[in-house]
Amino acid sequence: MTGLAIAVTLALAVSVIADSKKTLAGLKKGAKMFLNILPALLTVLILVSVFLYAMPAPILTVWLGKGTGWAGVFSAALLGSISLIPGFIAFPLGAILVRSGVSYQVIAVFITTLMMVGILTLPLEAKYFGWKVSILRNTLSFFGALLIGLLMGIFL
Amino acid sequence: MKNKITATLKQYGFLILFGIFILLSYLLPFAAGIAIGKNFFMFFLEMAAILPLMFILIGLFEVWVPRENIIRHLGPEAGAMSILWVVLLAMLQAGPLYAAFPVAALLWKKGCSVRNVFIYLGAFSTLKIPMLAFEIGFLGLKFSLLRALFSLPVFVGIGYLLAWHLRNKSFAVKEPG
Repeated sequence: MTGLAIAVTLALAVSVIADSKKTLAGLKKGAKMFLNILPALLTVLILVSVFLYAMPAPILTVWLGKGTGWAGVFSAALLGSISLIPGFIAFPLGAILVRSGVSYQVIAVFITTLMMVGILTLPLEAKYFGWKVSILRNTLSFFGALLIGLLMGIFL
Repeated sequence: MKNKITATLKQYGFLILFGIFILLSYLLPFAAGIAIGKNFFMFFLEMAAILPLMFILIGLFEVWVPRENIIRHLGPEAGAMSILWVVLLAMLQAGPLYAAFPVAALLWKKGCSVRNVFIYLGAFSTLKIPMLAFEIGFLGLKFSLLRALFSLPVFVGIGYLLAWHLRNKSFAVKEPG
């Protein structure tokens, strides 16, 4: 994040020195795009907040920890696909699961689906790619993530 | 003018209702509402820390990078090297997946191929360097390396599949609004 802030500051400085009019036009375009997507974005954040309340990290841990074999993999895939948990919560959660004896396969499936599939963010994705393509991308990613997780279970 | 106000109300109506709900939750107090409000605040902070910066970069990219360059390096005729370029571009970024959508829309507008747009999304979701660093810290180098290694062919494959599926369709990445 600090890296991003530094990069943006540098880019802005270079841009202003090179052509301040062009810079202003670019900033205006960026701001307009941001404001256009803001209502949809905030709505998705509300959905995610309600979901995280209904399914907080300790409960997730219990659910993921209980499942064994295929049922465990399947529930991990489902939970990972629906949840939108930022990395700073998901990875420590994964570490806790490892220590409490949950199989690497289940953890890997949860992490990969969490990254690649976003059911709660579908309304936002559809605004850019359309519903059909968004659903298709998420479906393909779901099976892809499942495959990655299962492969990791073999190697870890 | 009146139409504009109704349009804005329609866009933000749900958000205003949510705001009132959270406010009432604090006044009553209503524990579930307060907890949801706290969650929202956490996600809002994550969003507010990254997205405005991303949109500054997107705006600058929009005015400075000529369409011809993107077509040459990332377009439909650009060959296998273009995969490496989009993956590297995605790896340098940070933030949740929804931050990648506007960048994907911009790349598309500038002439990036369908395949590369989806490879960009795949690399963004699985190979961002800031996220990898965090992952290695908590789950170890072996876990993260294996996951990255298996992810690469999977999302490149998804890019090819989606491009093949959409080859004769009038697909476009839209900019909302």
